[in-house]
Amino acid sequence: MTAVQAGASPAPASASESFSNVTCVFCGLHCDDLEIERTGQSLQVTRNGCGKAKAGFERPLVKSEPRVGGQPVSLNEAVAAAAKIIRSSALPSFGGLGTDIDGMRAVMSLADKARGVVDHAMGEGYAQNMRVLQTRGWFMTTLTEVRNRADLLIFTTDVLKYHHRFFERVIHAPQTLFADGPVKRTIVLIGEGYDTGPISGPGVDEIVTISCASDRIGEVISALATLSKGAPLPAETIAGVPKPQLEDLKARCEKANYGVIIWIPSAFAFANADLTIHRICDFVKEMNVKQRFAGLTLGGSEGSTSAAAVAAWQSGYPLRVSFASGAPQFDPELYAIPRLLKSGETDALVWLSSLTPDLAAPQTSIPTIVIGTFDMKLDREPDVFIPVATPGIDARGQIMRVDGNVVLPLRDLHRASGLANSIAVLNAIEAAL
Amino acid sequence: MLIKFTGGKVYDPANGIDGQVRDIYVRDGRVVTPSATDTISAEYNLAGKVVMAGGIDPHSHIGGGKMNIARMMLPEDHRHDNVARGDLTRAGCGHAAPSTFVAGYRYAEMGYTAAFEPAMLAVNARQTHAEMGDTPMIDKGAYVLLGSDDYFLRLLTRGADKEEIKDYIAWTMHAAQALAVKVVNPGGISAFKFNQRMLDLDEKNAFYGVTPRDIILTLGRSLQELGVPHPVHVHGCNLGVPGNKETTLATIRAAEGTPIHLTHIQFHSYGTEGDFKFSSGAAEIAELVNQNPNVSIDVGQILFGQTVTASGDSMRQYGNTKSANPKKWVVMDIECDAGCGVVPMKYRDKSFVNALQWAIGLEMFLLVKDPWRIFLTTDHPNGAPFTTYPHLIRLLMDKTFRNEMLRRIHPGAQAATILGSITREYSLNEIAIMTRAGPAKSLGLKDRGHLGPGACADITVYDDNPDREAMFTTPAFVFKNGEMIVRNGRIVHVVAGATHVVRPEYDRKRTEKPLKDYFETYHTMRMENFRMADEEVITAGCGHAPGTCGCLIVQPVGTRK
Ligand code: SF4
Repeated sequence: MTAVQAGASPAPASASESFSNVTCVFCGLHCDDLEIERTGQSLQVTRNGCGKAKAGFERPLVKSEPRVGGQPVSLNEAVAAAAKIIRSSALPSFGGLGTDIDGMRAVMSLADKARGVVDHAMGEGYAQNMRVLQTRGWFMTTLTEVRNRADLLIFTTDVLKYHHRFFERVIHAPQTLFADGPVKRTIVLIGEGYDTGPISGPGVDEIVTISCASDRIGEVISALATLSKGAPLPAETIAGVPKPQLEDLKARCEKANYGVIIWIPSAFAFANADLTIHRICDFVKEMNVKQRFAGLTLGGSEGSTSAAAVAAWQSGYPLRVSFASGAPQFDPELYAIPRLLKSGETDALVWLSSLTPDLAAPQTSIPTIVIGTFDMKLDREPDVFIPVATPGIDARGQIMRVDGNVVLPLRDLHRASGLANSIAVLNAIEAAL
Repeated sequence: MLIKFTGGKVYDPANGIDGQVRDIYVRDGRVVTPSATDTISAEYNLAGKVVMAGGIDPHSHIGGGKMNIARMMLPEDHRHDNVARGDLTRAGCGHAAPSTFVAGYRYAEMGYTAAFEPAMLAVNARQTHAEMGDTPMIDKGAYVLLGSDDYFLRLLTRGADKEEIKDYIAWTMHAAQALAVKVVNPGGISAFKFNQRMLDLDEKNAFYGVTPRDIILTLGRSLQELGVPHPVHVHGCNLGVPGNKETTLATIRAAEGTPIHLTHIQFHSYGTEGDFKFSSGAAEIAELVNQNPNVSIDVGQILFGQTVTASGDSMRQYGNTKSANPKKWVVMDIECDAGCGVVPMKYRDKSFVNALQWAIGLEMFLLVKDPWRIFLTTDHPNGAPFTTYPHLIRLLMDKTFRNEMLRRIHPGAQAATILGSITREYSLNEIAIMTRAGPAKSLGLKDRGHLGPGACADITVYDDNPDREAMFTTPAFVFKNGEMIVRNGRIVHVVAGATHVVRPEYDRKRTEKPLKDYFETYHTMRMENFRMADEEVITAGCGHAPGTCGCLIVQPVGTRK
């Protein structure tokens, strides 16, 4: 077995250091403009971080050691215990997957060898999108396009709850590429539970609210599609929205230079949410016959965009892949870890959460290995716990932004945490199988 | 340790060796001339076998955002070709959009030792390099896309000084760790975002007022003056549009002698004659290519069956969505920088259009005279997956076989092609040129694609089987850097493969000052984070510590003029 090294010296190389252009790992937006001061082992976000970022970076580092059965052990002992659990498992599950691209590469390598199942904690939301991609496809855009082009933005959920800086970084742009100053934008909020307070700002010309239950947004979008085809609506109100309001929205859509519809799959917490996404994507496609429109899917927290991308390029399939047969098999229902836990088909759980302490492992009685942050929230003591470095704080790495395409570098902020790198830990477990 | 490859029939066109029996000596991964006192520590008796440098694919979509969309979108295609983990190899899947590992294994098993991703978006460079890093066995590199990016178009609009433009091109190549520069539907990807649906060579982008002609010429001349070996890699206007041969002919003339490479030219060689208003323009284009030594091409041959098309050309891919099979597709606008479109496609020999596309590609191969200026590609996976290369080679080398295949296609297409009247058969030497020596020369890979002293010992050995498809499907041996990696078409040793880049000179300070402001004012990513560091490429899967291996190879450039 290869011995794994914990991080370097327990004391930071220099007493203090300033970092600029730091990428934040605390939501899928991955803002890369943070300024961070390090004094000793403590970090302070001095510019551009939202509350979530501050809370995330500024958690005081506390000493954390690997444990087996609740007892402190050496890293190598923990690795050996983890390997033993995986070795004796008929179908191990690799879940959580709160990590970056390199971390996910190590997970895939281990799961491939261990003949396990790979699924992210956000796997269900991701699967909703994948169902649409794999049946119909879509027409999408990315943040910089939205920032500079979008003059009509249709929201289907309160994005600010997920991405505190979305409006600041993408919508409230004082200068844009194709207009003098800000783009004059109309913001349409379809659905429920919006906080409209923080939406106003440079460029936001008008805010239109269309109230309906979240699970009826699909009907509203279908009504828009019907109207834009020149067909009559079947009723005077659709999902409680009166016809004139729908006609007004249709007219706004047709007037737009670049319309964008935004959704967050995990925010659609109702059955068959993929059908709502389906309708959104079909409407966007239809609008493109004559004019320009695009979709934008957000969320992507806890490294889920990176996890799905790596799974796809290494196995051919997005998340919810099983290597049980030796070859990858993909099935978004069968290989969902929540289902496998419930049915008892999986008999060991490896849970990785190296980005935040919040991605709690699901309740289960099967042997569990948690590879997590030093301050990982644990509902119960796992059989093996290995604290690891957070990429973007204690280790270098790369992470993919929620809109795909853009991959940002993650920095080591030199707080010399002494925490082991999760890649080294996963590689060592693999070598010990 | 000196290895001797004894008595093979060597096809090494770069060194003028055409099937002569030669011994080749390799030490420390390089071809060497041994001295009389050297002792030979290993010997391979290759009597009767055919020896070539490892194959080099100069245009194959092996990594990056659009390929990963294709993978995610097509589980039904992978399911026919799931690949189990082996003793040496990782699990994955194959066919149209293979997993990275399987792509690497299959290239090597087919005797290829390098493949180049031709459409890396600068904003997507990290993903592209990560995927290439996870593509084992072969060397890689990527061509960065320019020409629909806002910054470049702005430079043209304001008539920027040509040194400033060259600096920006060079900066982008460094930032994205690129080997060459590609332009896709020049200015058209941007135009589509302003709702323009087509952009011909002399049409203006509605916002910037620049034409594809301006863009191609500026990129072509700048790259030449920067000393970048590979000329501007042009995916022209109007891909797939009947009548686009006129645009292609005009593009060749527009180059005015500047070196250009026209890629997947098959998709740009269509006329509008006949009942279907779709005809072959191959003869006219081949003629003009023959007359213009500044022009090189690759074909982008289509072969029948299911595949997926993945391109940066969002405008034309959107146009092609009508033909999507199965009926699903993705188009994207990306970061005021680029775009992409992914459309599954099933080419059928009983479809007039598909059958004629097949014939047009073959006509092009057979009518262009100089094999140093035409490379064998299917534009993987757009015309067909790269695993069809052995079949394509047989079509080129075996007239009887070709004519048999011709008789199976749509009768209207048979009548519309001159293919049946062409008697040319490619020789092994010509195949070695267009699959090795030619691409290496064009890309500036001085120590690849040949077997002279100093060459990297990437060597493929074939049985001299008269069935050329069988021969090129299953090489007897493949060596990478002198190590045997494939025996009888099976992987016997896994290696990482290197990434090749070029780094033209530029003034970094002068270039980055305005760029830094530009990124901060308009983009959602900082310039400093747009730029990729060397360690990010090197650590991508090679398993070596930064700086301790040859995994990042900086190819020489000429002096800046
Ligand atoms: S919005 Fe998200 S990425 Fe940006 S600073 Fe806040 S938590 Fe970090």
